[in-house]
Amino acid sequence: MGASDRETGVAELAGGMDEIIKEFLVESGEGLDRFDRDLIALEKDRSSRALLDSIFRAIHTIKGTAGVLGYDKLVSISHQGEAVLSRMRDGVLLLSPAIATALLAMGDALRHIVGEIADSGTEGDADCAEVIAKLTAVLNREKPEARSRQAEISGRDADAPPRLGDILVTANVCRPEDIEAAAELQQAGDPRPLGEILVAQGVAQPQIVAAGLKAQSDHRDLGSNTIRVDVSLLDKLMNLVGELVLARNQILQLSGTLKDTPFAGTSQRLSLITTELQESVMKTRMQPIGTVWNKVPRIVRDLATAAGKQIEIQMEGAETELDRTIIEAIKDPLTHIIRNAVDHGIETPEIRRAKAKSATGHLLLRAFHEGGQVNLEISDDGTGIDSEKLKAKAIAKGMVTADHAARMSEREVLNLAFAPGLSTAARVSNISGRGVGMDVVKTNVERIGGVVDLQSTRDKGTLLRIKIPLTLAIIPALIVTSGGERFAIPQVSLIELVRSEGEHAATEDVDGAAVYRLRGSLLPLVDLNRQLHLECGRRPESVNIVVLQAGDRQFGLVVDEINDTEEIVVKPLSKQLKSVACFAGATIMGDGHVALILDVLGLAQMSQVLSEVREQALSEHAAAAGDADGGCQAWLLFRIGKSGRIAVPLSLVSRLEEFPVSMIEHYAGREVIQYRGQIMPLVRLSEALGYDGSDGGERLQVVVYSANGRSAGLVVDEILDIAEQTAEVHQIHPAEMLQGAAVLQQRVTDLLDVPALLARQKLLTGEGVQP
Amino acid sequence: MNGRRQLCTFVLADLYFGVEVEQVREVIRYQEMTRIPLAPEVIAGLINLRGQIVTAIDLRRQLELEARPAGQLPMNVIIRRDDGPVSLLVDEIGEVLEVEEESFENPPHTLERRRRDFLRGVYKLKDKLLLLLDIEKAISVAGANGA
Repeated sequence: MGASDRETGVAELAGGMDEIIKEFLVESGEGLDRFDRDLIALEKDRSSRALLDSIFRAIHTIKGTAGVLGYDKLVSISHQGEAVLSRMRDGVLLLSPAIATALLAMGDALRHIVGEIADSGTEGDADCAEVIAKLTAVLNREKPEARSRQAEISGRDADAPPRLGDILVTANVCRPEDIEAAAELQQAGDPRPLGEILVAQGVAQPQIVAAGLKAQSDHRDLGSNTIRVDVSLLDKLMNLVGELVLARNQILQLSGTLKDTPFAGTSQRLSLITTELQESVMKTRMQPIGTVWNKVPRIVRDLATAAGKQIEIQMEGAETELDRTIIEAIKDPLTHIIRNAVDHGIETPEIRRAKAKSATGHLLLRAFHEGGQVNLEISDDGTGIDSEKLKAKAIAKGMVTADHAARMSEREVLNLAFAPGLSTAARVSNISGRGVGMDVVKTNVERIGGVVDLQSTRDKGTLLRIKIPLTLAIIPALIVTSGGERFAIPQVSLIELVRSEGEHAATEDVDGAAVYRLRGSLLPLVDLNRQLHLECGRRPESVNIVVLQAGDRQFGLVVDEINDTEEIVVKPLSKQLKSVACFAGATIMGDGHVALILDVLGLAQMSQVLSEVREQALSEHAAAAGDADGGCQAWLLFRIGKSGRIAVPLSLVSRLEEFPVSMIEHYAGREVIQYRGQIMPLVRLSEALGYDGSDGGERLQVVVYSANGRSAGLVVDEILDIAEQTAEVHQIHPAEMLQGAAVLQQRVTDLLDVPALLARQKLLTGEGVQP
Repeated sequence: MNGRRQLCTFVLADLYFGVEVEQVREVIRYQEMTRIPLAPEVIAGLINLRGQIVTAIDLRRQLELEARPAGQLPMNVIIRRDDGPVSLLVDEIGEVLEVEEESFENPPHTLERRRRDFLRGVYKLKDKLLLLLDIEKAISVAGANGA
């Protein structure tokens, strides 16, 4: 019995030791992070006593605890580092880049050993002689003339709270002489505290002394206001709150049917408390974005030093809080973006001077809340992205055709940077520019329901904006019904809801490529029932369209019924269902039934609305390579005159508009219309192509064509359809403004050569009548 | 094993199956299910098990037995798994049986190949045969093993 007692005693002791070591490792990690951060800040503000004290304290603490636990290497390294730091505190040494580098190397060595202890339990066999030698070299080079007057106030333990006398002197309430006189009284045997003596002597007001004492005690309490909590406990708490939210939703639904007033009141209270609890628990999992940013100055310093660049970092909104799952998810993308900016964005001082910019480059990190989402911006004032180079690269890689590239908007071109395998960096460094990365950044951000946007101006800089949701665990969602099942659609993807009834319900549905005319532009439609092979239960006379954002594109999801918005708890699907791409998870509804959460991006990819651009580009590319006469592409079909059936590639059409005839004005003998702040010339196609029997109604159907920021309107008689198919071009007889004819939807259709037509009309060519 | 083990038994299209009691979390009556469009057909749907979402596998489909007669509601045998519970839909729940290891034999060759793959063996009981289900296979879905 006695023996077993002793054994458990030993085991407990060992367990206690484990706890102490674990705590030491966590604290050392945090201390070293703070050390890095403060040291780099000290480089900027070399006179800051507070930063120097904090740095000293971090190393001092590690040395002390390591000594107790018997980690000799940690002790010998940190001892030497402490020696350098204490010379700095004495004002004997002033921080120089060389000293900073030596100290940072010391931090890395300590971090390495701490990592070893965490992994293997021992300090490992890393050689610490080099680091110590570097620090010793720094000590030996010290310059005595650098001694500053700050040396006077050193010598006190940096950990101790400030003395009341110091606080009052700093606040300009008392003169140092008064404090000294009071202290002398105390030493002479006066039992009263310093504050009381000062008040009695009429040197300080009682309330001022009280304020000073409070400041002092605040400093003392700093450590006891926070506790360490295991993250898994917070996760569990979050799950439980999730369950509670579900139970609350069920009770609310029940109280709606029971019509019991006291019960309804209690349910309301329960509901409010649950919401508040949910918010508080969510807050416990929130971390300021600063926890990720803290590492940035160090990364930037290392990269900038290696590349001979001067970079100043500015951070705004470091206190902006995010759920820790999201912080985890954006950590790597963020680091990658910053590396990119330093490596490829910001130029060397010589180049910057040649461009008449300040020699020091600037990197700005900004975070702020906006509409329930967090915005992160990373901007630099570097060289910007060369969109021409990007285009050329994309063409060379066969991602777009030259023809398609020429038609791309600036934003579309910049977004090519996110395509896999593209990098404009002429020089590949060991850090970035290998053509991997930006696509990973985009995927990672989109995976957590975020959006990435890139803006860049040549020689002015680049701005990358990431919008991410606050949390992933509980999200607002729109509930829809389709084919008898309920589905949840995350609200972040939702743009608007459209319900069209009666005659206007006409969604134009051809060849499986359905579109809806939403305020003049064509919205591709995806029928949820058809995509999911559900039976169709909707009345033909009305259509419910949920307009969704997937990546940088929009599409309309046709559903049977739109129900309501609700806060839902996201639950992952089991591994048996991993092959189904269009669901992001499942949730339990108020009535206890399970509903699936639609993965908007997955759905878009599955139905191919998202890949349209790329596919079109690919098919164009294939067409250019093989059969030069046409590939599978989308065509806009319209009628002119009585029987003219004409098609233009849909990619050339920027909008479809309808204008009343009364809007037509005249300029230089030509029909024009005021359109989006421009004067847009009109071309009546029936006249231009010599078809007769134009409808001449009260309203004009206009196909808007834009190039180089200017537009021209092609007046047609009726928009017929959109056809997506391979067009085999036949040259029956040469016609100047036609590319030929093709059979589209089983009918012979003329293919209009828009650039030739406009050239003939002297439009958009630079010499035309366009003002 | 001491030569004996406890099996939770159930009936599926006149066949008598068993799984180790330790693998079973609980047995519950029919639950309303949410079907999953586009999912492999052996997956019957999702059920709400007291706030936990559980994938239900139609064991008849998995074993290529004839479909359950219309109107007959299946029962759920909830299997305990490290990555969350999974439900097996069966016709009827039997009792918990203690079986002798000596009565164990490998699956007979007369069994249809597809069905034999899902079995670890057979216990010869006095009046009938008890088929030991291979849980690992029973809950895996072709093309969706997470691999």
